[in-house]
Amino acid sequence: MSVVPVNSVTPADTYSPTAQLSLRNVTKVFHGKKDLFSQLAGKRTKDFVAIEDISLDIEPNTFVSIIGPSGCGKSTLLNMIAGLSDTTAGQILFNDQPIAGPGPDRGMVFQNYALMPWMTVEENVRFAVETVYPKWAAKQVNRTVKEHIQLVGLVGAEKKHPHEISGGMRQRVGIARALAISPQILLMDEPFGALDALTRGFLQDEIERIWEQQRKTVIMITHSIDEALLLSDRIVMMTRGPAARVDEILDVPFPRPRNRETIEQHPAYHSLKAEMESHLFRETRAVEAARINKS
Amino acid sequence: MAVSKPTIGAPYYESEKESPFFSENVRAFLLFVGSLAVFLLLWELGARSGIFARGMPTATKTLEELWWWITHPFFNNGPNDLGIGWNLLISLRRVAIGYTLASLVAVPLGILIGISPIARKGFNPYVQLLKPISPLAWLPLGLYILRDSEQTGVFIIFISSIWPTLINTSLGVANVNKDYLEVAETLGASRLRTIFKVIIPAALPSIVAGLRISMGIAWLVIVAAEMLLGTGLGYFIWNEWNNLYIPNILVAIFIIGLVGLILDSIFAAFEKFVAFGRNS
Ligand SMILES: Nc1ncnc2c1ncn2[C@@H]1O[C@H](COP(=O)(O)OP(=O)(O)OP(=O)(O)O)[C@@H](O)[C@H]1O
Ligand SMILES: [Mg+2]
Repeated sequence: MSVVPVNSVTPADTYSPTAQLSLRNVTKVFHGKKDLFSQLAGKRTKDFVAIEDISLDIEPNTFVSIIGPSGCGKSTLLNMIAGLSDTTAGQILFNDQPIAGPGPDRGMVFQNYALMPWMTVEENVRFAVETVYPKWAAKQVNRTVKEHIQLVGLVGAEKKHPHEISGGMRQRVGIARALAISPQILLMDEPFGALDALTRGFLQDEIERIWEQQRKTVIMITHSIDEALLLSDRIVMMTRGPAARVDEILDVPFPRPRNRETIEQHPAYHSLKAEMESHLFRETRAVEAARINKS
Repeated sequence: MAVSKPTIGAPYYESEKESPFFSENVRAFLLFVGSLAVFLLLWELGARSGIFARGMPTATKTLEELWWWITHPFFNNGPNDLGIGWNLLISLRRVAIGYTLASLVAVPLGILIGISPIARKGFNPYVQLLKPISPLAWLPLGLYILRDSEQTGVFIIFISSIWPTLINTSLGVANVNKDYLEVAETLGASRLRTIFKVIIPAALPSIVAGLRISMGIAWLVIVAAEMLLGTGLGYFIWNEWNNLYIPNILVAIFIIGLVGLILDSIFAAFEKFVAFGRNS
């Protein structure tokens, strides 16, 4: 078959010169409790190697999905890119600069929305804009807030508080907040994980539409094969933990703009889907097997 | 049984409650009034037939006194014969001053302690040691240091109403949802902006809950403290006890309860106002 995706596990020594974000031999170890007190209390825990030696180059303006069995370290990886947690070894280069902590050049969309409940929809977005651009005039802030509320289709709900709107609408606010600060990269950790199938579908279409408008670099973690195929240019498949690695990177060749029906017609669709299914099935079965052997 | 009336356009749904006169609230109110009537009746009968202790006033006598005190709240014939309105205002004033001072100390201090885990562990022994002390134990110390009963009253309120607010504030601040902090962090918000725009609003429900408990305690303590200080509702009760006039004691107890209830309702409403869908 000619359309089979390229299996391109980046060898550690050939880095792409054009990459916007570059992970080089990144390792994350969660250190166990080893102080005297924990030892005496019998609460000593071992170190846990969550991620071992991951190298990955992400080109500008590509939509990258990360998929892998539950608990393999996807969130850990994304948090390191966001700067919320440190790498144990290796480094993450962003525009050829090592990442030093979190910053507004990377916008984050959280799985559980993480909206401030005491702020209205509008105030949540405004808080982000005012934090990142403290010198902007009120007029410019207002315009940006309004634009992004329009972009995610929340006009009319500006004055509502998060507890008064549905989960799908809340995540729209989360997306508007992340985009309003015009980050260079958008990071999304299972953004639709907590939504029902129908709402999830609507929001995926929405993301596709927004991405066509402003082609940002996006890194999205997902559990859904269909979601990854609909949205991504590249799909990074991770192995199970501990010491999770990148198993394979798939290129998704479907032309854009995409929609659910047309991508299914594409000749590569079914082989890609089968590839991902067998990968996830294999890894998940191995996780289950390890669990059964342990107990 | 017909579900809808075909006559008018919109379908007709039978309302959930069978009758507007017997909704849950109305029934609860009837229960309240009924039980009150039974209680007063038993009281009246018991007092008249002398089943209770000697000198126990009848319900009618007590209600009469209550009416008299409520309709004559502000007269002043010297400290031992003061209208209940004046006494109430004196008590409220002491509570207001002591409680406000305590809150002004407890909220900022609680925020500081809550933000730093080291400060929390370092100050915890003081808080845990001072919290369980009965406020009245401070009374002699207060009188000795301040040599003034008015200031001592305020001091007692201060020292007893500081702890719940302090503890609740620091817990609320320490347990702010990690997601909110991560949002602030990824936006690159400064420490000060994070504290004022995220941490304090997020902790507000527990701060208000602490203020509410403190207010309850302040109101409990003032009555006890005033028995030993002169003037105020507590002293009113003490004075009537010396006069051995029980109906007035009952009147004062009722008014103390009523005012406590009102104060608590104000804080309950405030608590609801800052909750925004969060329950607790
Ligand atoms: N702070 C921590 N301390 C110790 N171990 C941790 C910590 N955070 C995560 N882990 C472990 O690291 C592994 C990876 O966690 P992570 O949350 O990144 O997985 P994930 O791929 O995002 O899982 P899911 O798909 O369920 O969201 C897990 O086994 C988890 O138990
Ligand atoms: Mg995760």
